Amino acid sequence: MNAASNEAAPVAVAPLATDLVSERKPQRHWRGMAEAVVIPAGALLVAMAVFGIFCAFAGANPFGVYGSIRKAAFGSWYSFQNTLVHAAPVMLCALCTAIPLRLGMVIIGNEGALVMGGLGATIAGTHWTSLPPTMALIAMAVAGMVFGGLWIMACGAMKLYRGVNEVISSLLMNYIAIAVLNHLVNGPMRDPTSLNKPSSYPIPDANALGTIPGTFVHWGLVYGVVACLLVWFLMERTTYGFQVRIIGGNIRAARIVGLPVGLITLSACLLAGACAGLAGMVEVAAVQGRANESLAAGYGYAGILVAFVGRANALGVLLVSILLGGILASGGILQRQHHLSDATVLVFQGIVFVAILYSDSLYGRFKIFQERAQA
Amino acid sequence: MHRLKTLRSKIMNKLYFTALAAALVGAGVAQAADAVKMGFIYVGPKDDYGYNQAHAEGCAGVQKLAWVKAEEEASVPETTAVEETMRNMIMQDGVTVLFPTSFGYFDPHILKLAKQFPDVQFFHCGGLYVEGKHPKNVGSYFGYIDEAEYVCGIVAAESSKSKRLGFIAAKPIPQVLRNINSYTLGARSVVPDVTVQVIFTGDWSLPVKEAEAANSLIDQGIDVLTCHVDSPKVVITTAEKRGVMCTGYHANQSVLAPKGYLTGAEWNWTKVYSQYAQWISEGKSLTAGTIPHLIRGGLKEGFCAVSPYGPMVSDKAKADAEAAKAKFMDGTMVIYKGEIKDNQGNVVVPAGTGLKQQDISLESMSWLVEGVIGKTGG
Repeated sequence: MNAASNEAAPVAVAPLATDLVSERKPQRHWRGMAEAVVIPAGALLVAMAVFGIFCAFAGANPFGVYGSIRKAAFGSWYSFQNTLVHAAPVMLCALCTAIPLRLGMVIIGNEGALVMGGLGATIAGTHWTSLPPTMALIAMAVAGMVFGGLWIMACGAMKLYRGVNEVISSLLMNYIAIAVLNHLVNGPMRDPTSLNKPSSYPIPDANALGTIPGTFVHWGLVYGVVACLLVWFLMERTTYGFQVRIIGGNIRAARIVGLPVGLITLSACLLAGACAGLAGMVEVAAVQGRANESLAAGYGYAGILVAFVGRANALGVLLVSILLGGILASGGILQRQHHLSDATVLVFQGIVFVAILYSDSLYGRFKIFQERAQA
Repeated sequence: MHRLKTLRSKIMNKLYFTALAAALVGAGVAQAADAVKMGFIYVGPKDDYGYNQAHAEGCAGVQKLAWVKAEEEASVPETTAVEETMRNMIMQDGVTVLFPTSFGYFDPHILKLAKQFPDVQFFHCGGLYVEGKHPKNVGSYFGYIDEAEYVCGIVAAESSKSKRLGFIAAKPIPQVLRNINSYTLGARSVVPDVTVQVIFTGDWSLPVKEAEAANSLIDQGIDVLTCHVDSPKVVITTAEKRGVMCTGYHANQSVLAPKGYLTGAEWNWTKVYSQYAQWISEGKSLTAGTIPHLIRGGLKEGFCAVSPYGPMVSDKAKADAEAAKAKFMDGTMVIYKGEIKDNQGNVVVPAGTGLKQQDISLESMSWLVEGVIGKTGG
């Protein structure tokens, strides 16, 4: 496989093709599916137990804490809405890591792409103020996606053409994006009435993204869910997704079979960045109403974790975002009812994610989940 | 379920307090009957030795009043998270008075919630309320802490041997510039040739940059440091470790620098929060117009204070600082009295003009006074 010469090509294709065929097979079987449910659920239980011990040492009753977390995150429609509000931006940001991960690229520039998307949306929203609300929102969403998309595509291009490590470049691009944001809201885009918190001019109230009727959850959640479903379909059920996975599996083999590696890499990065950029647009249109330093609130970094825990699968991302949303939504009650410190929720988040990531190494280790040999 | 519970406990509370009130009135003691339920929200941890700790101390202070019940939540970012916290405090804990303390909570988060909960009163730290533009149940408060900075400047200048002071600041915004300028004017009122080197780090909480800035200032021979960032902890401990002096900000940091801590500019939010609690227990409200929408004050009103002097402060410095403090207390001190030039040589306050603390033009300050080495940037 090392020699990418012409005569090696037919040899390389054959094992690859069987790999790809066998890839899907176990997932259809109940044992594989049971494994995919039991292992993360077990990890969650272990995490809860460890966190319970932590709480006991911190002077709180673990069972009371569990009860409160359930109540604050999933206990009622009211609290579930809190969970969903937390989950909405994280979903879109997580796709920014999850999509390139299938290509074999680790992109952690979500925060920067979100900020750029927010800036793009603000520019569009403050420039075309006289558009009818629907058109204004479309303009903002497109601008946000283009800005965020190009931002991550730049990381993809640097990797593709110059071999720059995308982990480092995308991480550093976060700082550049935040610096650009600060420069613009302190200078060219600054609303002179925003004295002590430099901000851009606000987008008109009429063009803001509202809440889903009957709830206090903004429409960003729907954007997130739809994006996850679309990305899942694209990655798992289309030729394009198949090509992405081949590149992620073996880039040399992909080149040998003649896949347009460059085009697919750049387009997948564009798509990834567009998701985070859309998250930025939602933050501007539904939450902040303008661009300022509050855009960089850490959703991008949460997204990295969610993408890994969700195993780079868009549906996994959807579920894990809601789980994370629930954890974040319970942060307040831990402080107010159990008088635990404000960092407790981060401890809980850390324990849950470490447990789930560790459980990744357990796949295939339990005999009961193994497929029986076919006769 | 929890709503039902809150409702039930509310009814029980009402019954209990009505009974209590009846008993008290019967005994001829007029006391506030219903507990005032307050919610405090901070953007960072409660023990940051800085902005958030100052507010948490205010909350702890007001909680000493037996008829106040306070809920707190720390490390709440300026996103939908703070809206959620406010909503939870109102819906789940029955809080009727909210103090979301971070500057960035105001617009859009407090404004949004204030419209949804017209019966709840929102008090915001920062003085942003505009009559007619913002909901009636929103009020704001802020202190002229630059008065305490002026006094700190006097102590710093008289303690410095190199006559060079260092100021590490987050952003060149009016509030911060005003502190730097008042500090410098205080320093130069007693030692006219003293200079203040300023470094802007760019954000409210950047511990690594703050440490680098502190070290580089000390390397240049500056021997008194101060700062305006969310948590002065890094600057103060770095100064102490390097054996130079410092003055604090937000809260009292003397435990972090027992040797070099000269004095500091502290908030005294207990005073402000107790005043609000008093008004509310008397049945006053923002909506009825019986609580003012904007309250401000300085040393005289007790909104801020000067930390007790450290061991390195000379008697002369103490005497000069006390003299300035006395002038603030009797209301005769005017910090911005012309002629004042900025550090580019332009006259910013003409001769014969004295800008009082309440002067609105001071709130859009965009210049650094003569004697400050540094630029406001953009």
